[in-house]
Formats: sequence, structure tokens, C-alpha cells
Amino acid sequence: MKYEPVIGIEVHAQLKTDSKLFCGCSTGFAAAPNHHVCPVCLGLPGTLPVLNRKAIEYVVRTCIALECEVSPASRFARKNYYYPDLPKAYQISQYELPIGRNGKLTVRAGGREKTIRIHRIHLEEDAGKLVHDASGGSCVDYNRTGIPLMEIVTEADVRSSEEAVAYLTSLRSILQYIGVCGANMEKGEMRCEPNISVRPVGAEEFGTKTEMKNLNSFRAVRLGVDFEIERQIDAIENGERIVQETRRWDEATQTTQTMRSKERAHDYRYFPDPDLVPVEVSASVVELIRAKAPELPEPRRVRFISQYGLPEYDAEVLTGSKAMADFFERAASLHNDPKAVSNWIMTELMGCLNESGKTIDECAVTAEDLTALLELMGKGVISARMGKDVFKDMFASGRPPAEIIKEKGLEQMNDETAISDAVEKVIADNPGPAADFRAGKKQAAGFLVGQVMRLTGGKANPKIVGRIIEDKLLSE
Amino acid sequence: MELCTKTASELIGMLRAGEIDPIDIVDSTFKRINDKEPDVKAFIAVLEESARKRAEELKDADRSLPLYGIPVAVKDNMCMEGAQTTCGSKILTPFEPPYDATVVEKLKAAGAVIVGKTNMDEFAMGSSCEWSAHHPTRNPWDLERAPGGSSGGSAAAVAACECAMSLGSDTGGSIRQPASLCGVVGMKPTYGAVSRYGLVAFASSLDQIGPFARDVRDCAMLLDVICGHDPKDSTSIDREPPDHVAALDAGAAGMTVGMIKDLFGEGVEPGVRERVSAAAEVFEKMGAKIKEIEMPIVKYALPAYYLIAPAEASSNLARYDGVQYGMREDADDIVSMFRKTRRAGFGAEVKRRIMLGTYALSAGYYDAYYLRALKVRTLIVKEFEKAFAECDILMSPTSPSTAFKLNEKIDDPLAMYMMDICTIPVNLAGLPGMSIPCGLSDGLPVGLQLIGPTLGEQALLRAARAFEIGSGICGMMPGEKMD
Repeated sequence: MKYEPVIGIEVHAQLKTDSKLFCGCSTGFAAAPNHHVCPVCLGLPGTLPVLNRKAIEYVVRTCIALECEVSPASRFARKNYYYPDLPKAYQISQYELPIGRNGKLTVRAGGREKTIRIHRIHLEEDAGKLVHDASGGSCVDYNRTGIPLMEIVTEADVRSSEEAVAYLTSLRSILQYIGVCGANMEKGEMRCEPNISVRPVGAEEFGTKTEMKNLNSFRAVRLGVDFEIERQIDAIENGERIVQETRRWDEATQTTQTMRSKERAHDYRYFPDPDLVPVEVSASVVELIRAKAPELPEPRRVRFISQYGLPEYDAEVLTGSKAMADFFERAASLHNDPKAVSNWIMTELMGCLNESGKTIDECAVTAEDLTALLELMGKGVISARMGKDVFKDMFASGRPPAEIIKEKGLEQMNDETAISDAVEKVIADNPGPAADFRAGKKQAAGFLVGQVMRLTGGKANPKIVGRIIEDKLLSE
Repeated sequence: MELCTKTASELIGMLRAGEIDPIDIVDSTFKRINDKEPDVKAFIAVLEESARKRAEELKDADRSLPLYGIPVAVKDNMCMEGAQTTCGSKILTPFEPPYDATVVEKLKAAGAVIVGKTNMDEFAMGSSCEWSAHHPTRNPWDLERAPGGSSGGSAAAVAACECAMSLGSDTGGSIRQPASLCGVVGMKPTYGAVSRYGLVAFASSLDQIGPFARDVRDCAMLLDVICGHDPKDSTSIDREPPDHVAALDAGAAGMTVGMIKDLFGEGVEPGVRERVSAAAEVFEKMGAKIKEIEMPIVKYALPAYYLIAPAEASSNLARYDGVQYGMREDADDIVSMFRKTRRAGFGAEVKRRIMLGTYALSAGYYDAYYLRALKVRTLIVKEFEKAFAECDILMSPTSPSTAFKLNEKIDDPLAMYMMDICTIPVNLAGLPGMSIPCGLSDGLPVGLQLIGPTLGEQALLRAARAFEIGSGICGMMPGEKMD
């Protein structure tokens, strides 16, 4: 029998607000345990939450980008459960009235477009973190408690790991573009939990689903989803029943394992949080936020093709990250050959980034430095070959290209007399190849040019060298 | 006359005139506390040392502060730095909050001297103060009787002149009912008029802090200090608070006072009915018009309340799990620790309400119980709106009975719940309500409940003050014969 996977994806995106969702504590990363806490986020008796309006603005921005309906009035609800990292024993979340509903995101996967419907977008607070110490005891770090999380839930529209990754890639890019989330999966700024089930192709009814956690990279998503699909198909083929449960992706063994069973669904006893008033977002506020909304990746990709004459592939890669697209546009505004700018970013810059594991935000080369290098090559101050070495130095040191060229004495030799002297020496030292060239063996020129370059320490302008060799040998 | 028996406004006059210093009042107050506490037991913690220090500091402070040098007691569910907040529960023993509740901040800024934390039913659940984990408080009018609850300590302390005024909290009648039983003035302001920040939550949509005092003027003075918008409480009302004291003396002439007939019926003691009915005549004498109002919906208030309040409480009290603060019973694993701590830490009534509330919010029961109760609540709000279209204020008994004997109702939760039958509708509607003494029945105080429209505190106080003048009942003290 042939099976098809049915996948829905829940994403928790940490919002880039300066302070927590319901108190003034910092959301800063990597503070010492329990240093970003106050009576409110510790849930001390008597304290009350006060909503961070910035978080609402960020969610509305996301709703606009994902074409969701924005509820004019949404509510916060309490999700009640006991866990030592949850100081109030309830999480303030949204239940019946989320901020956003009924959106969509169109992605490209497997060479075709696919629209994934967004079921809902809501806002909630993060819990703390348990730290297990060597003595077997456990401690709680509440720094993360109350950090705003935006939950984005799709309909069960995803049909493959490829579509899942395409959706997440596109979503990440959008969240970065609209500036609401760092969306770095490795840093946990964006966490993804796919719900996966399989069913015979053509069946209407959904199979029993499992939820997967601990997917910390796009690669893990691809491998994990594929593994789980296979596992479920195998189980069904072997006559086993799929258990509704949460499974954990284990990076070490590249398998999924049972975390907890959901057979007996937990009753969270949701009810509206009486400490918070309904969140009102009027149509005019939505329009105000829409008017300030930045350009999204897809329209920008289309514009890159029409405005800069870039190939489809270049435009897609460059607009995949907002920072990269911004870098390109800055450089393109300083240099009259956008295709050359794109080539250098796509090959040299991205090569260096990949090799070093850095992101464009951490890159020391500025758009100004890159275009300065392109100008120097255009004027023939250095060769293209040399330009690549200079770029590597720029990337490593952050210094401007002119400084590197000057310090290393890399200026190209354009002085015809000097080159002429070198050519004469090479002809004299290599009578054989010179004779070959004279006899019409044009390929002998390459050898002679190489020798001149070697003699001049690679500095001679190869075009001039070629012309002078030709002049000297053929005019005799 | 001892200083401790004077009202705050009398003391302020003497302080401003330089006749006395704050420390003189503190001396008199703690003499009184030492004298009365063995019998009354109004306090969980008496803060003599910090009160004396405060009184010394105040000597050279600005004497025009609104509560300069006035001894005030605070119910033990309001957080205050430097003192324990136990909420009358073992589970919060020990818990010393690292911050001041907004009302405590305001008391301090107003120049008040906080003399102690008062006793209460555990987590404000109860109507007699007997469900305190510490000890019961006794009614200063008759030590065999309960002071009412849950703010019984705050009411008894004011009645026994152990402080000039105090703060209580009122979720279903917890200020008004003990005020009634102890013969003092108590007010539950409009929901949102006073910040709840720092008040340990029982039922967040109903809880409201309010003043106790021996007369209406003092009550208005304390309300002026504690009310106002607080950015730390999202449910607090954002508006410029009025001057309640200034509104006091406008008289009741021309007011229409609605008598809620449904709250004079079955279950109300004849002596109470008689006194409260007589109060209507006082209003008429003062130029007000009495109008009988029918509100049959009020009989559904009690069942609705006992779904909504426990539902919220079940969630609010879930945080007492032994992890971060308070009591912890050790166990081998975390879930056992939660269970053992909560089993040992909570009293029977709190457990009963947590179970009620958990049940009401459970999947499959939510619509039938919690949601239906919310609908009843909406109907009650509408019914009051209708009444206020015809009346300026409403009146009823505060409590169906005078102070009952200790241990009389302790094993009968339903009988105890019935004590709040007249006060609960007011909380459900979020309205301001107050209880003022309107005489004695068999030597025990009877309370008159006045109910105002949303933010109608000024009308309430004005009518209450007019009643004091018209009836001559003002500043009743235990032992006096009023009839």
C-alpha cells in the first residue's frame, strides 16, 4: 500500500522585545541564572501581570505578513498544570480568542508552489528552565520565565519533509524581515514541533498523530520528519497501532523516542485570565502597522530580478535572508554592476561565511569595502585573481582593500617598459617555447605569460604581458 | 479619653495642632493592643518595633500628610516588606514578600503607622475568621462570638480600638459582613477602584481592598488614600480619583434609596430586619425617598459565586507547591512533594474550594458550570443597572444575622456560606458597597448595607454620613447600649 504523510507544524518564535511579556525584566540572553527576574515573573503571591504592548504589535505584524485575520478583541487564558519550572502553576497563553486566525504562506518545494494554511497565531509566556546538578538535585532558572513566545500553528497541509523545511525556511525569513524574531533555530529562538501522521493514499480520515520535539535545525527537521514517517509506515505495515504521544528527536542516534504519552489528554482547565483585560486591536491600528510593514522576501525577490537584472537563483538566495539582501542592495547602490556584486556575494562572501560558520551580521566586510574592491579591480589596480586573495584577507581582518593591497605591495604592474624587460628575459631563457610560438603554436603563449607572471611576482597585468609577447615574437 | 479610642480625624486635628506626637498615639495603641489581644486575638503579627520606629521618624515629617501618625492595621493577605504575609495559612508560613503592595506603599506615603497584620480566614475563604490556621479571632462585643470574616481581624481590631482604621479585602462580603458583626464601618469599593497589586489573590475578578473605620468620615479618608489607578494592576480603573471626604456632607435630601425586597426575606433574623427597616425611616427623615425594588435574580448569586470564585481560586492557589517559597514537605519525587505539601499546608475549607473550582473548570463541565455562572453574573449586572436607573443607591441588611457563636457554623459550610447572601451580588456586579452600623439587636450590632452604582462611592458615603447624623449612630463601641 502507498501512504501519504499528513503534517501540521507548530512553531514557537521568541519575540525580540527588550522586556518580558508581563513585567519589565530583560529578555537578554546568557545572563547568570535568576538574574533577569522580579516578583512578577517569579509569580510571587500578590503580583499581577501587565501586558507588554510591543509584543502585540509584533504579533500583528506577523499576522499581516502571513495574511491572517486579526481579532479586534483577543483574550489571555490560563493554562493550568503543575511543573517545577512554572512558578504560577499556570501559563498565561491564549485559547479561545487568539490574535490571528486563517492565514496562509506560499512556499516553493520540489519545484512547485505550495500554499500552507495558517490555523492560528497566539501569544504566550515561556516557562523557566530546570538545571540538574551533579549531586542529583535540580535547580530552577527563571530567567526565561515570561519571555514572549508567539505560537504559529498551520493546518495539516504539509505532505513531506521537504515542504516542512521549505515552510520553516520561508517563515524564518519572514520573521527576520519583519524584525519580530531572531529566528535562529540553533539558539532556540525558533522552535518547531511537527505533528505527523500517515494514511493510505486516497484516504479521507487522518491517522493517529505524534508530536515531535527537540528539532534544533532544518537538517534535524528533514531527518526527523522522514524518520517518523518511515517509522509509522513500518509500524502500520507490521500491524501495530500508532500511539498518540510526544516523541523526541535524538540527534545522536538519528531516531525518535517516546517522551510522554498523550493517550490520556491532559486537562489544562483553560479559562480567561481575570488579571488581564481583553486585548483590543482596532482595524485602524492594524492599518497603521500594515503601513509601516517592511517589504517581504517574495516581493523583494521579484524586484531584485526586475530592478537589478539578477538571475532567478541569485535573487532567491540573496533575499533568503534580510541581512544578506540588505547587504546586496547597499553594495549595488555603490557600484554600477549589480551582477558583479551578486557574483562576489554568492561565491566569495558566502564561501567565507560557510567556511567560518559566521552569519552575515557577524561579517567584518562592509558593503563599502566590497564595492571598493570591485572598483580597484575594474581600474586594473589588481587582477581578479588577486582580488580573491584580498577579499579573504578583508574577511579575516576587516581591513579595507586599499590598505591590504598597499601593505602587501599587490598593485598590478602596468608599466610597459618594465613588462617588456621581463618578457625579453623570459624569451631569452626559454628559446624552445618562443620558437614554438613563432611557428604558430598559439598555446605556447600561455606558458610564456605564466613565466612572466612568475618573474614579476604575479603583479604584471596579464593582458599587457600577452600583447607584448605577441608583438615581440611575431614582429621579428 | 484614651487616644486609641479617638477617630483618625480627631487624632489628625490634635497632631496638626501640635497637641500630641505620633509616638503618643503609638503608646496608647500598643497599651490597648497588649490589653485586648489576649481576648480578641485580632492580629497574626503585631509590629510594635517597626511602628515605634516609624512614629519616631514621623515626628519631624510633614504633618499635613493625609494619615499623618494614624495607626492602621493591614489584613494579612496584603504584602509588606519586612513582615510575613501568611494569608492565615500554614502553606505560606514562612513567606516574607520582597515588596510592598500598592496600598501599603500608599499608606506609608500618607504618613500612616502600620501596627500589625490582622487575622483572617485562610486565603480569605470564610465568614467567621475561624478558618484561620493561626487562631480564631473573637468579637469585641461578645468574646463568645465570631467577628465575621474573612477580614474578621481587621474589623475586630477597629472595633476594639486596637487601631483607628484598617484595611480588609472583600471577595464576597469579607469586609462588609465582619464590619456588620463588629459594629464598624466597612466599604468594598468599585472593582478596579483600588489596586490589587500585592493582595494575595483569592478570586481575581471579585477581590477588592477596602477600608474599615469607626465612622464614615474616617472611612472616606482612608479610601482617598488607597484608591486610584495603578499601572501595575491591569484591572485598575484609569481615572482621576474624586475627593471622597469633600463629598461627605452633601446630605441625603433628594436621593432615591432602593430597598432590595428580596434581601429582607427568608433567613434574615427579625431583629436585623427590624433595624434595617428602621434605617429606611431615617433616610426618609433626612429627605430621601424610599423605593422598594424587586431583584429576584439575587437568589442565583450565591450558587454562581460558588462556581466563579472557587474556579479562579483553584488556579490562583496552584502556585503554592513548595517549590519556591513557603512550606515544603519533603518527598522522594516532585509530584509527591507537591501532593504532600498541599495536603499538609491547606486547611479543609481551602481544599473544598480548590476541588469545587477544579471540577467547575474541567473539560466537559466548564460549559455547564463555569460558563453558566458567568451568564448569571451578566444577568446580575443588568439587574443592578436597571435598579440604578431608578435609584441613586440601594439598601439591604449586610448580614442576615448578628454575630453568631464561635463553633456554631464551623462544621456546616453551607450555613457559613449563607452569611454572605446579601453581599455576594455586589461583588459579582463589581459595584461599591458598604456596611454601616444601624443599631443593636440583643446587644449585638446590626449592619446596614448600602450599594452604589459603578464608581458611586461618593453617593454611598454621602448617604452613609447622612444616616449617621439622622440616626445618631456613629462610632459605636462595644459595651455601649444604643437602644
